[in-house]
Formats: sequence, C-alpha cells, structure tokens
Amino acid sequence: MKTELTVIGAGPAGLCASIEAAKNGVDVTIIDENRKPGGQLFKQIHRFFGEKEHLAGVRGIEIGNMLLEDAQKYGVKVLLNTIVWGLFPDLKLGISNGNSVNILETQNIVIATGAAEKPLSFPGWTLPNIMVAGAAQTMVNVNRVLPGNRVLIVGSGNVGLIVAYQLSQAGAEVIALVEALPKVSGWQVHALKIMRMGIPVLTSHTITEAEGKSYVERVEIAKLDENNRIIEGSETKVNVDLVCIAVGLRPLAELCWMAGLRFEYIPELGGFIPLHDENMETSIKGIYVAGDVAGIEEASSAMEEGKLAGIAASVSQGKTDKKKAERDILETKERLRSLRLGTYGDYRYNAKEKIIRKFHEL
Amino acid sequence: MRVYDHPILGKLPDRKEITILVDGKKIKAYEDETIATAILASGIKTLRYTSEKHEPRGIFCAIGQCTDCVMEVNGQPNVRTCITPVEENMVIATQQGLGTWRKVSSKKK
Repeated sequence: MKTELTVIGAGPAGLCASIEAAKNGVDVTIIDENRKPGGQLFKQIHRFFGEKEHLAGVRGIEIGNMLLEDAQKYGVKVLLNTIVWGLFPDLKLGISNGNSVNILETQNIVIATGAAEKPLSFPGWTLPNIMVAGAAQTMVNVNRVLPGNRVLIVGSGNVGLIVAYQLSQAGAEVIALVEALPKVSGWQVHALKIMRMGIPVLTSHTITEAEGKSYVERVEIAKLDENNRIIEGSETKVNVDLVCIAVGLRPLAELCWMAGLRFEYIPELGGFIPLHDENMETSIKGIYVAGDVAGIEEASSAMEEGKLAGIAASVSQGKTDKKKAERDILETKERLRSLRLGTYGDYRYNAKEKIIRKFHEL
Repeated sequence: MRVYDHPILGKLPDRKEITILVDGKKIKAYEDETIATAILASGIKTLRYTSEKHEPRGIFCAIGQCTDCVMEVNGQPNVRTCITPVEENMVIATQQGLGTWRKVSSKKK
C-alpha cells in the first residue's frame, strides 16, 4: 500500500490536515483506530468561542460533520477501525484492522493522535462510577446514557465546567465542583453558566476519599490551606453516585516516541511534547504533529495546527505553489495567534514559542 | 438511565432493538451502540474484577485508552466494551482478573 501523505488520527487536527493537503492535490490517507471519525468533536455539543473565522457559535458536533463532508469532497481516503502499530525510520507504517496486517509506504506523516485525560488518585478512586469527565461526557452526549444522578466534579478547568453544565442539561444534579486552586481555572463564560444554575464551585477544596460497596456512594471533600494541605476538621461527607475527574490531559504521543522524535518537558502543555518548527514539522523530516499531541490546547487551535501541517506537507510534496502556500500559512498563523491571546492564551503562546525555539536549538 | 429527550440533541433516534446476554441475563440494547452503553443503561456499573484484590472496576475513560472496561465477549477476554459495538445475541461476561478464553456454545442464531 502506498500514499503520499498519511494522517494518523481523524480528530479535528487530523481532519483539517487531510483536507488542506487534499485540496492541494496531495494523495491523502487518514487512519483512525475508532469505528467513526471525528475524534472527540462529537461529544462537544456546546458552541465554540473565538472569532467567526474560528467557527465561533457553531457546536463541536456540527464542526465534526462539516469536516467529514469536506474530507469526502476532496477525496481523502479514510481507514477506520485501523491502528498504527509501528512507525519505522523510512516512513513505513505498520497498520492493522484486526483482520489483516499491512505496511503502508508514505512520504509524509502527520501525527494527530490527540490526548487522554489524566487520572487523580485518592483512597477509593478506582470504584466504578468514578471516571474522567470526558468519559461521562461521551456517555451522555454520544451514547445518550446518564451515568449518575448526583455528581461531584473534581477540577474547574473548561472540561470540568462544560461537563458539569452538560450533565445538568441531561437531567443530573451536580452537587458541586471542587477546585484545589484558590480560583476557578476555566473560562469565565463557562464558569458563569454553572454559577447561574446555582452549582457551587468550591475553590481551595479537594476530594480526599470515596467509598461505596460496588460503586461510589459517598465522597469526602475538604478545604485546603495556602500550602495545599488539608485543613483538619473541614472534612465533609457528601452522597453522590458519580464522580468526574477533570484535572487535565496528556498527549497520546506513543507513536512520536516510537518514531524517535525529540521531546521537551513542557508541563503547561500537558507533559512531554514532541519538538516541532513553526510549520509543525518535527525533528524527523517529513513527520509533522498537530493538535493535542503537540501540546494540550483545544479543538479550535488543533484545527489551525492541522491546517498548517497540511499546507507544509503539500509544499513538501511540491503540490502547491510557494506564494500560495506562504499566504495560506500566514493567514493560518494569524488565526492561531488570535486563539492564543489573553489570560488563557498567553501561557499557551509562550509555551508553543518555547517548543519552536528548542526545536531550532537541536 | 437513557436520555430519551435532550434539550440540544433532541429525541433519541429510532434504532433497532436487540438482545445481548450479560452473565446469562438478557439485556436490551440498540444496534450500533457500544457494549458499555447498553450495560450501563441496564443499571450495571461493574464490568470486571481485578486479579489480586477482586475489586470492582467500571467505565473510566470511555474512549478505548484505559482498558478498565474490559469484559469477556463471545468467549474472548479483554475486549474494550466502551468502543466495541453490540451484536444480536452477543454473550458477555463480567471478567475476573485477566479473564479466560472460552468456547461459547449458547450463542444462538
């Protein structure tokens, strides 16, 4: 099997990379281990933010459908239920769909494998119905089953806030969010929605324990002092039947490690991040990264990074003229810059700049 | 509990109803949904027990990454139920430890 560009992961970043390259006439194959494309877009039923060019006001689920339509329109080949189990030095990929094993020969690769949520351990954390917040979100928005009726959310970042809202939307009672920091850590627009519903966000609080016979029935929460130590006597028991952990994400970078890409520890973007240049090309020529695997952000930035990688791969394939590519890259970078502004943008912008700087120091 | 009516997503679309067997008990499922979905909708939260301490485990990541939701499906252990779709008369068992390969004879056509 042969293809010019292989994109691994059919989430927002991977789909945008595929579409951008296919538009330029590159022969693109996109691979995803799931049975449906879209990554985590289809559980995002809220409206996106930003400017009009970032599809602000459109729900994630609709963005997903738009991307799938475009991918089809431009002739992207989609391999679902297919895992990439090997990435070899000469850009050969080992793939399998469970029935057969193949080697895919390719000239460019975009790794857009996304992220997974981080767990949080405390006594009792392994009990059933203690799950990461995205899991509850998938169950309710994609699978349409509410996993619990009385919910405690741990973490007040955007994921915690959005999932609290969406569980309430589907009929659950969210008892509270606990946040170890002294202030809410997600966007105000999400936090205000929660507060308007009367859901308390308990800052400087944490979960200390969960109990239950066959699944979680009770949790203990407690107040923290300035040094993040539990204030004795502040412990309270609360009856719940669902705990959602929303304490951040980590890149799913196994293939990047396997390929031998150079990494740097960037804690503000989720951990070890593969170094890349301003157009998403990594320390191995022909391999690009895009989206959460290149540093945890959000779907809008992931889409722009995907476009950048798709354009860069088109240039490498000689499929687009230099002038057009330069213009496209400039426009994409401007949109990306405006997504990385302000309180929740500056630290991401600085961290991404650090990745690029470290790349050029290699 | 299934969310039949949702303020944003609307009514649950009509799907073909099928039956799966979980630990010998018949459970209602809908075509194309995942095993974990059908089982959770029936009220079951424990999908497996750990090897050494026999502790219950359930859905944790729901995107096929953490493997906490593995069960024995049609005699095959360690199947990730959060990403595997149901099939008519599928035989599913709560997994004990690392699970066992079994010949499934009760699989009716």
